Order: sequence, then C-alpha cells, then structure tokens
Amino acid sequence: MKINVNGRDYKIAAKPWRTLLEVLRYELGFTGTKEGCGTGSCGSCTVLMDGKAVNACLVFIAEAKGKAITTIEGLSREGKLHPLQQAFIDEGAVQCGFCTPGVILTAKAFLDSNPQPSESQIREAIAGNLCRCTGYDKIVRAIMNAAQAADKGRV
Amino acid sequence: MSKYSVVGRRLPRVDALSKVTGEAVFSGDIALPHLLHGKVLRSPYSHAVIRRLDVRKAQGLDGVMAIITASDVPGYKKRSELTFSELPHLAKDKVVYAEQPVAAVAALSKEIAEKALDLIRVDYEALPPVLDPLEAMEPTSPLIHQDLYTNIIPNPEPGKKDRPSNIAYHVKINKGDLEAGFKEADMILENTYRTQKVHHGFIEPFAAVAAADANGKVTVWTQSQGLFIARQMIAQFLDLPRNRVKVIPVEIGGAFGGKTYQPLAPLCALLAMKSGRPVRMEMTRDEVLKDSRPAPESIITVKMGVTDQGTITAASAELIYDAGAFPEMSHGMFTSSNVFCQYKIPNLSLDTKDVLTNKVPSAYYRAPGIPQAHFAIESHLDIIARRLKMDPLELRIQNAAVKGDTLPNGEILPRVGFKESLEKMAEYLKQKGNLTGRNRGRGIACGFWHGAVGSFGAYIQVNNNGSVNLILGITDISGSRTSIAQIVAEELGLPLNKVTVVIGDTETAPWATMSVGSLTVYSLSTAVYRACQDVKAQMGSLAAKKLGADPSEIEFSKGLFQVKGNTEKSISFTEIARSTAMTFGKGPVLGRGALDGLPPAPTLSVHAADVEVDDETGKVRIKAYAVAQDVGLAINPLSVEGQIQGAVTQGIGWALMENYIFEKGVMQNTTLLDYRMPTATDVPMIEVLIVEVGSSRGVYGLRHVGEPPMIPVLAAVANAVHSATGVRFKELPLTPEVVLKGIKQRDK
Ligand code: FES
Ligand code: FES
Repeated sequence: MKINVNGRDYKIAAKPWRTLLEVLRYELGFTGTKEGCGTGSCGSCTVLMDGKAVNACLVFIAEAKGKAITTIEGLSREGKLHPLQQAFIDEGAVQCGFCTPGVILTAKAFLDSNPQPSESQIREAIAGNLCRCTGYDKIVRAIMNAAQAADKGRV
Repeated sequence: MSKYSVVGRRLPRVDALSKVTGEAVFSGDIALPHLLHGKVLRSPYSHAVIRRLDVRKAQGLDGVMAIITASDVPGYKKRSELTFSELPHLAKDKVVYAEQPVAAVAALSKEIAEKALDLIRVDYEALPPVLDPLEAMEPTSPLIHQDLYTNIIPNPEPGKKDRPSNIAYHVKINKGDLEAGFKEADMILENTYRTQKVHHGFIEPFAAVAAADANGKVTVWTQSQGLFIARQMIAQFLDLPRNRVKVIPVEIGGAFGGKTYQPLAPLCALLAMKSGRPVRMEMTRDEVLKDSRPAPESIITVKMGVTDQGTITAASAELIYDAGAFPEMSHGMFTSSNVFCQYKIPNLSLDTKDVLTNKVPSAYYRAPGIPQAHFAIESHLDIIARRLKMDPLELRIQNAAVKGDTLPNGEILPRVGFKESLEKMAEYLKQKGNLTGRNRGRGIACGFWHGAVGSFGAYIQVNNNGSVNLILGITDISGSRTSIAQIVAEELGLPLNKVTVVIGDTETAPWATMSVGSLTVYSLSTAVYRACQDVKAQMGSLAAKKLGADPSEIEFSKGLFQVKGNTEKSISFTEIARSTAMTFGKGPVLGRGALDGLPPAPTLSVHAADVEVDDETGKVRIKAYAVAQDVGLAINPLSVEGQIQGAVTQGIGWALMENYIFEKGVMQNTTLLDYRMPTATDVPMIEVLIVEVGSSRGVYGLRHVGEPPMIPVLAAVANAVHSATGVRFKELPLTPEVVLKGIKQRDK
C-alpha cells in the first residue's frame, strides 16, 4: 500500500496492523516523530493527518492509506521555518526537545482552526502533549507569539 | 548597561534549531546495519526465590541471536551485585523487586524477541514482600539481602560486629547542644510528614544501541548524564578495561537525575558481544515507570523549638527514606549538607536512614531527598508562624542564614543572596496585593541547595576563519551548551554563531564528571574560562610577533589584539586565526582549561504559591506561582527561567497528583493516564524573579540553578492549601479525594 508523507508517496511493506508511528520511524526514517508512551497519553508522536493532529502511535497504518501525513520534517518549506518553529526557538520553548515536534504539530493544527486563541484555549489545545522540562510557560508564549505574528502577516 | 555583551542575554539555545525540525538524534533514533532488537524478561513478583531458570527453548527459536542471564555477566564474578549502583540487577537466585530483570534476549525482530521471552521458563517461589520501611527496620523483619550491613556515617565504635540489616545507610549529624537549645525555647513543636514515591517523568523512555567489534571493544550510544560515568559503569558490568568501552553521546529527552542510571546499555553491550551484531533496546513506558530509579517515599519527623519572638533555638529531624530493593545511594549524603541550612539554628541534629524494601530501588531525582525534607521543615515553620501569629515570610527573614554561619556539616556559609531573595519576594507580593476570595490561599516556602562540583576539562580549537570549536565531554541536559558557548563568545569577543559546541565521545573529549547536582554550568564555566585565557595567551604572543611588540604589551579587547597605548598597532583575532593554519604558519591554536576542587556556591530561594480549592470536589488549582532565586548571575535568563519553570511544574505534580500505587510491591498505575503528570492546564504562568548576588566562588559569580527550584514547591503548595482551607496536610499528594476528606473532617 501507499501513504503520502510530507507531500510524497511512499510504498509501504509493513503489515496493516503496524502503527503509523512504527512505519514513520523505522520504515521511512522520519525519526522526528517520537514515542513517549505508545498508548496515546503523551502526544510526542503527534503528526498531522489531513491537517488534523493525531497520535501516530494509535493509528494503524491501514487507516493512513490515502491520507496526507505531515511530520515535523515536513513543516518547514524550502528551508524556511514555519512561524511556530521560529517562535519556539526565539521564546526558549525548547529544552530537551523530545516533546517539541509533537507540541508544534498540535499547535499548528490548532492555530489553523483558531488563529487568535486566548491563553487558556492554547493550554486546552496542548493538554494532550506532555512536556516535563519547560513547565509550559514558554511553550504557551511561543504559540501566542506565532499566532500574533501570523495575524500581523495577514493585515 | 550590562558590562557583558553576550553573557546575560536572552539568546536562543544553540540546539533549538535541530529540535524544532526533528533532526536532533536521540538514542532510539540510531540505526545501524543488521541491527538486532533486544528485550528484557522481568520478574512479576516483588519478592521470590528463583527455583529454575531455563532458556533452552527460547534459544532454539528461529531468529534468536543471544540470551543473557546473571550467570553471563562478567562483572558479577568479580564483586557482589550489591556494590553495583544504577546498573541493571539481573536476578541470580532471588528477585527482590517487581520488574527486576531476569534475562535479556536479542533477536532479528522485536516480535521474535518478545516471543523468546515467553519461552523462557522461570519457576518462582513467592515470598512475602517487605513493603513498609518502618517494619523493615525492625530486627525481626525478613532481610532483603542476607549480606547487607548498615553503612553508618560517621562510623560507630571501630571493630563492633554488626548484624545484617535492611538499613542500608545511616547518617548522623549533630551541632551545638540540642537539649539546651530546646530548654531555651518557649514553644516546641513536633510532627511527622510523609511523601510518596514519584518518577522523574522524562518524556523520552530509556533506549540504547551497542555494537561490538572483533577485538572485543564495545561502542555504546546511550542517554546518560555523564559519558565517562556511563563508560565506567558499563565497563564494570562487562569487566572490561575502560578503554575497551566507548560511549557516544546522543540528545537526552529529559533526565532530572534519572539518567545516570543505565538500565539498558550494559545489557545491550553484552548482547552485542554475545551475538556479534549491533543491538538496540528500548523500554516501553510501562517498563520506564516500573524500573527507573524514582524518588523515594519519606517519613520525616521534625522537632523544632522557638522563642515567643520567633527565634529558632533548636531543631532535630529524623528522616527515613524508602530506598527500595538495592542500596543505590545514600540520601544522608544529601540531607547532611542541605537540611536546616537556610536558617540560623545553633543546636540541631539530623538522623537519616535509607531503608530497603521490596520495591523498585530509588536513587537520584532533582535534589535527591531534599524536596521531601523541605516539605517537612517548611510546613513545620508555617505552623509555627501561625501559632506565633507572625507573617510566614517575616519569620523566615528573621531567621535567615547569612554569610559566616556554620552549616550542620561544619562548613561555613559563603556569601549568599537569601535575604535579598526574601526581600524581593516580599516586595513582589506587596505589589501584587493580598489574596482575596473564598477558598483561596497563599503559601510560602524556602529552599537551600548546597550544590556539587565536578572535575572538568575543556578544549578550544581556533579555526582558521576565526571561529572556534569548543570541545566538551559532558552531555547537555539543561541548556549548558548554550550558556557555555555564551561565555566563550564573551571571552573571545566573538558572536555566538562563531562558537560551535561539540560534545565529543569518551575517546575524543576531555574528561568531565557528569551532569548532576546542578554543577554543570557552574563548574564547566571555570574550566572553559581558563581555556579561553589559554587561547588568548597563545594568540596574544602570535600578535606580539606580528606587531613587533613584547607579549606583555599586548591587550585584547573587542576581537582585537593591540599594543597597549597604541591603537594604531592592532591585529584582529580572525587575522591571527587565519595565519595559524598556513603551511609555514605557527600551527593551530588549541586552548585547554581544567577544573578541579572548586567549592560549590550554595543557592537559596523562596517560593510563593497562590491556590484555589474547590470545596465540592477537593481539586486544588494553582492560580499563580512566583519564585525568587539567587542565581549569582544569569548567563542566559531565558534558560534560567526555563529551568525554574520546569522544576516548579514537576514540584506541583509531586504535591498534587503523582504517586506510585503498589499492590504487593507491584506498581499498578503504569501508564501516563494513570500516573498523572501536570499538563498545560494544570499550571499557570510561572513568575521568575531573578536575584543576582554573585557568589564569591567560580567565574562570573555563578551559582547552581537546576535543582534549587524543585526544593520548596511541595511545602509552598501545601502551605497555600492550608491557608485556603484551614486544613494542614502532612502527607502528599494532595489529590482531590485527600483534600475533600480533609475539608469534610474540618467541617465535622
Ligand atoms: S507515544 Fe503516542 S501519545 Fe505517547
Ligand atoms: S522540552 Fe523536554 S519534554 Fe518538553
């Protein structure tokens, strides 16, 4: 079967009951997608499936058939960082970085549907992504700043 | 205006780009050709005799390439497994904690490895587990290890024959005259406080990759807080000389003291040696929770005497830590240099025991044992302040330790910024105003961290375009790469992007102790500073030659070497750098710095938590949180704030929700849904008030940053809950059920 990752089709050898996470990490080499728990409770494996944030550890590869998957490796375009990536760097929202790909992708899907969120909406939106290093403070600020930057960009 | 141009600035981390793009390589990301997959067979019992262990059937399974049990571990033939700390304890004839490794398998795939585990036959004879440390201390208690004797510090009468015991370590410290001190007191208060077992909660599970070559040398990729300590531990396990083990650093997805422990790398290396193929092992989250080295449960009894005016005259504490099944470390080592230190207490005693039980062994978690001790002491002070009708912050200011005071361990306190931090907090809270509203309360707590230091080396290679490579042997768990690069940029007059930090492996990098005790930036900065001076001296003498001057006449400022008093005669750092690599040039400039024997710079802090308690559900919400901490000098305020905010959040988890739930010594809540850690909705923005009273030690007046902010959180939250509800909780965590029960009892 075929899946589309970061705009490109890949032919997959994996059995249909393999998880999307296993295929991304071990078959296709998208190791930016992390596994923190394997049971849907940490968010570090978050990828976008047709623009929606999903826990790749809970998605069987068969369900990803025909869907457009975006991993962290596919977020920057032509060497230019996505505003969220830049904001995470600037605000000090990255520490160990293990949660970072998942949080950024969750935030991307969230801002796409809610471009001008409040602080508490941001906190709700990333509540499924555990970060043990930052205390979330700088992550929340980075997402707010990215939203504001995008907002300015629109005017 | 700061006198520095790079130091002190809020600069993004040098490793941030690789982390927002997913390029950063963690140990689970390492792939090698023909990689095998390793899995560990673990004990389902917390205490059992192994009657039979038979791996033959598993060995016969297609695709199984190697199996190891305790009898294959070369290190076990040399010395007792009790002396192996933070290494896997492969069971011999007895298991002493649930999930203890019994065997490990390497196979062509994870599935085959898992199948092989099922085929290993182990006959256990279950024994009743010893689970309560108080019972375990009784002479009548069954022994966890028949051959463990209490390590008493300082030693009792020499030559006294002791009996084996479950008390692994017993550390006693006295100062002044306790009895006389209590006699001077107008009020004496004694209470017992308890804390639960909690996990570091790093999001990256343990993983390791190992490969062995034909000459019997092994190469290991593993997340470790110290490359060289990992090398030493793996070499010990394999009984190899240290230069036969090479450890290659990888990014570390959170450590917090929990990743000096090497649960996989030694097994992985042995499997690689046995199979002749590279092996990768990864733990599931369930394994991570059950077989890490979490923080111990504690039972802490504090007795304190004060005068009516609020002066502390005497204090004693008996601290009992549930060490779990192996004597991995002594908490007394930490309590004796960190407890009762933030106040002037002329007469005191400390008695700390690590007691073994049939539970997962405990070891280092961000200020080991000290948040627990401060939960007890700072709750105790809160009670005293209320009884004396004193403002809790005022009581602390009044008793605050100052430079020149003698610490319980006999050390003299150097310059600290405790009073300054207390005053800054008082001012901040005044500005903020009193907390109003039903069920709301504010809690104050302080903390002391003695700090640690290590032995470190640093190399600086000057590249011929004027950039430099800083080569270190220490993994980065706190943003240390960035802070240290800022120091190099400052000293050499370079922009930050001209400093590349390279973390070498154990064969290329200079020695480094390890990243523990909040020592990394503090110690490393001095070594790196010296390497910078070495570079400047070498480049200075090259400049002198070019400028036709004596090296003593050369000064360096803003990237230029110039002859003193003659601005005309100068040459840039870059120009000299260029000349060093010419065929007929002066050869490369390689600066070198080393550090040993720097005393630590104690760090004090004060926290204020504002909470709101829902009296219908018992849920505690943290409404606001502020920290005033003397960091000496914040090399990178962004990074300092980040460390503090992260530690506070971990502390909030400890105070309110995290807990190991055991049944017969087997952990029951082994997913992250059941072992609940704070999410973004559980914490507010965390206000960080940076205080900079430079320490008199080390360079730039730095102090320790990472552990201190963990220490006061438990008490700050519990004190706030008391002020919101009027209920004093002496046991953690303050889950909604616990708080609701307390409120109901209050209303009875
Ligand atoms: S790994 Fe998928 S949610 Fe944790
Ligand atoms: S940065 Fe380490 S878990 Fe988020």
